Amino acid sequence: MPNTLAEKILQAHTDDDASEAGRIVRCRVSLVLANDITAPLAIKSFRAMGAKRVFDRDRVALVCDHFTPNKDIDSAEQVKVVREFAHEMGVTHYYEGGNVGVEHALLPELGLVGPNDIVVGADSHTCTYGGLGAFATGMGSTDIAGAMALGETWFKVPPTIRVAYEGKLEPFVGGKDLILHLIGKIGVSGALYRALEFHGAVIDALSIEGRMTMANMAIEAGGKVGLFPADEKTLAYCAAAGRTGDKPLKADAGAVYEQDLTLSVAGMQPQVACPHLPDNVRGVDELKGLRVDQAVIGSCTNGRIEDLREAAAILKGRKAHKNVRLIVLPATPKIWRQAMDEGLFSIFLDAGAVVGPPTCGPCLGGHMGILAGGERCIATTNRNFRGRMGSLESEVYLSSPAVAAASAIAGELLHPGKL
Amino acid sequence: MLVTGKAHKVGAHIDTDAIIPARFLVTTDTKVLGSNCMEGLEPGWVKRVSANDIMVAEENFGCGSSREHAPIAILGAGIPVVVAKSFARIFYRNGFNMGLVLLEVGDDVAKLKDGDKLEVDTEAGVIKNLSTGETIICAKVPAFMQELLDAGGLVPYVKKRLAARQ
Repeated sequence: MPNTLAEKILQAHTDDDASEAGRIVRCRVSLVLANDITAPLAIKSFRAMGAKRVFDRDRVALVCDHFTPNKDIDSAEQVKVVREFAHEMGVTHYYEGGNVGVEHALLPELGLVGPNDIVVGADSHTCTYGGLGAFATGMGSTDIAGAMALGETWFKVPPTIRVAYEGKLEPFVGGKDLILHLIGKIGVSGALYRALEFHGAVIDALSIEGRMTMANMAIEAGGKVGLFPADEKTLAYCAAAGRTGDKPLKADAGAVYEQDLTLSVAGMQPQVACPHLPDNVRGVDELKGLRVDQAVIGSCTNGRIEDLREAAAILKGRKAHKNVRLIVLPATPKIWRQAMDEGLFSIFLDAGAVVGPPTCGPCLGGHMGILAGGERCIATTNRNFRGRMGSLESEVYLSSPAVAAASAIAGELLHPGKL
Repeated sequence: MLVTGKAHKVGAHIDTDAIIPARFLVTTDTKVLGSNCMEGLEPGWVKRVSANDIMVAEENFGCGSSREHAPIAILGAGIPVVVAKSFARIFYRNGFNMGLVLLEVGDDVAKLKDGDKLEVDTEAGVIKNLSTGETIICAKVPAFMQELLDAGGLVPYVKKRLAARQ
């Protein structure tokens, strides 16, 4: 029976029958992930389970990226719990301090995730690795504790929505716009309990970074995973990250999809998600003139080198508006160094930006860019829930790096082509 | 378990940042998390809750972040049951793992109003609205999840599997 990407990957990791949506399968996992917020709870559950060691010390990643560099005493205590656990268990992939990056930018870069893998993480944006053809999904801490102890977990095989993008992209339109457009169409629960599978000429032409940006936000439509076929680009990316043995991966011809959507990108403007849900999406021109107080460029969605280059191309030789705080957070130490070596920091600093360390920081209202009541932020992050970045009376608009950069310069929302 | 309490109705797409904002995620303590339950929806929301009250929500309850602190905060506030039109996927699993009872009732959620007195038989999946006399029969929990519940939750389930491997 021909299988979807989700069914194929699940089947490769289970002795159960994963060929049909709705079945419950027990799967071996390739990598288990938690961070400084979710690992302390996972460790509590791990102990309660009576587990003495992790199933494989090379297949557990603990990344302290959310409230780090530690923002206060309580968060320092949490990181300490994670660090001591990592040392006790001999966990190979423990990251804190100078080696830490935003987890979903860091793990692909380190070659820890790739096609046909099953990755479970105590972080909802674990779905990012679908950009590489991994069945990767977020779970809670106790599920992650179970997976850390057993090396396996259970899944309900999800039905799949096939999404194809056709047409020619306009300038300043990329992965972020494609996924925001989809979420705007199907809504924040449009893919609830479902897999999204991306296809079409536009997807084939998209960079791996762009695909990860899209997969990252599958959860904002309620999706379990956002899957891309693994093609030559994927294999080149994974090989460059030091992986060996990866193979191309695609859905079988004739696989059964619950829905088949084809979206035309012709004439599509850069997309912006307005408060307070990621499905409240409009073309940027509709929002022209809306004053902004802050612009954040970074996060697991758009903190990769391609994103920083995109922002720098707009900011070069220009200055952020005097009323706008522009914050740039390269997502990993490698990206940080690369941006520095390419001279992007000079562009950012000349534009009046703050360049910060790799951290999730402001995206979830943690630190390094919290909003006061009445303030408005244009951000390349993934969520604009009420109060997400600070005060319940603040507003977050989600966009691509190009739109965030252009809006920082103008002091109001602006199409980058209209600077 | 028979739970009798007042219904506290919330809206659609209640995200986990509304249930427990990130600034409170610097602890794993149930009581502390509980005292800040729904602080991202309305400051001081939790003050209206008495032990064994029931939260009632529209669609996609618990969307967003995977933080297990969300079901823990609801339990910590003294709420043992959430009834919703539908639940977000990660939250649904987390609720089960934490022992928070989640009942998905679809459009029947309209039969429950803020302030109604409810009696919930969690095992039978029956909600009686004592204020209106209406009864709602909930969809059955998937068989595998019932197995987990019967084992006492995910923690004892994993414990048993680990012991079997020794």
